Amino acid sequence: MSTHVSLEPPRTGNPGRSQRYRSRKGPGKVTRGNFELYSWLFMRASGVLLVFLVLGHLFIMMVTDGGVEKIGFAFVAGRWASPWWQFWDLMQLWLAMIHGTNGMRTVINDYADKDRTRAILKGLLYTAAVLTVALGTLVIFTFDPSIKG
Amino acid sequence: MSTATVQEHVETSASGKAGIEMMTITVRIRRYNPEVDAAPHWVDYQVTADPTARILDSLHKIKWEQDGSLTFRRSCAHGVCGSDAMRINGKNRLACKALVKDLNPTKPITVEPIQGLPVLKDLVVDMEPFFQAYRDVKPFLIAHGNEPTRERIQSQKDRDRFDDTTKCILCAACTTSCPVFWADGQYFGPAAIVNAHRFIFDSRDDGANERLEILNDREGVWRCRTTFNCTEACPRGIQITQAIAEVKRALITRRVI
Repeated sequence: MSTHVSLEPPRTGNPGRSQRYRSRKGPGKVTRGNFELYSWLFMRASGVLLVFLVLGHLFIMMVTDGGVEKIGFAFVAGRWASPWWQFWDLMQLWLAMIHGTNGMRTVINDYADKDRTRAILKGLLYTAAVLTVALGTLVIFTFDPSIKG
Repeated sequence: MSTATVQEHVETSASGKAGIEMMTITVRIRRYNPEVDAAPHWVDYQVTADPTARILDSLHKIKWEQDGSLTFRRSCAHGVCGSDAMRINGKNRLACKALVKDLNPTKPITVEPIQGLPVLKDLVVDMEPFFQAYRDVKPFLIAHGNEPTRERIQSQKDRDRFDDTTKCILCAACTTSCPVFWADGQYFGPAAIVNAHRFIFDSRDDGANERLEILNDREGVWRCRTTFNCTEACPRGIQITQAIAEVKRALITRRVI
């Protein structure tokens, strides 16, 4: 007989986290509404769309017309002159940001134990997401190809 | 070829026990006594085992011959009652269905309590949170209208619809292999969803919408990440991830087919 020291298994024997088990009073706070359903559906749909959008984007940027060498201010300006590429980039920005933010939201829900920690992390997450989406959208629509001195 | 094997067995039977080639294995058990230990720790035991015997037999041998304080659950010992789900060599299995020869007995075989539930002692965990989730999905027949005077008739086809999920023995091997449940014990867990599925898709039951609404909860089916850990862990071979996906589909289409 000999003893070994090893890593703690997840949660087992960790009484600090047991408070988050289901309440004995049955499903007490049932969250009505279909938010999680729509969030799940959105992840599936946006995931499929992003595969085409991002792979298409990478192909245009990296492979066609001489690869990455061509990318410059003029190239971006030329692309954004067309509403089609504006729309493409806008879709990429919005879908990727909401998809990623929603994924991070579920990770926070999983691993942040205390309500306060959750609130802080989600606050930071949503602030970052909104700022990025707003800034990106602004640039796509107000981009001015003429450089003023 | 078969003759040679028989010959070998006869030879070993002269020295060994009744024609079985016994081997010495090391069982490494995660021990925890809440009255003495601050934290769980591993203890190694050497036992003589028949390679075709179950790991449960080795646990019995340890308890009966080496250390009577070793604590674990088991009832039928034949894979029916679902009492002895454990994490053996890192995978959730029933100790009464895991054969020594399938567990690489040349190395120490690790035996731990199932993960994500509070450990009471050694391999015994508090199953209450698990059963609470089970009760929350109303795992009983909900039928409206007049009581039939005879049994509730069901076609073979209707019965086949949910046949797979009737096999559940509530051993908790699936729920305690689920990473979402590890992280957040409020998640219903695969076993509760499997047992909800068993009634949602039962043609005799009228409570489908009620149960679907319960599983539409923030801690319901949408927390499933389809990691397939549950399907892999199920000792009854239930296609759990598929059952969860069927509940999701029923929620989206609002139709139970």
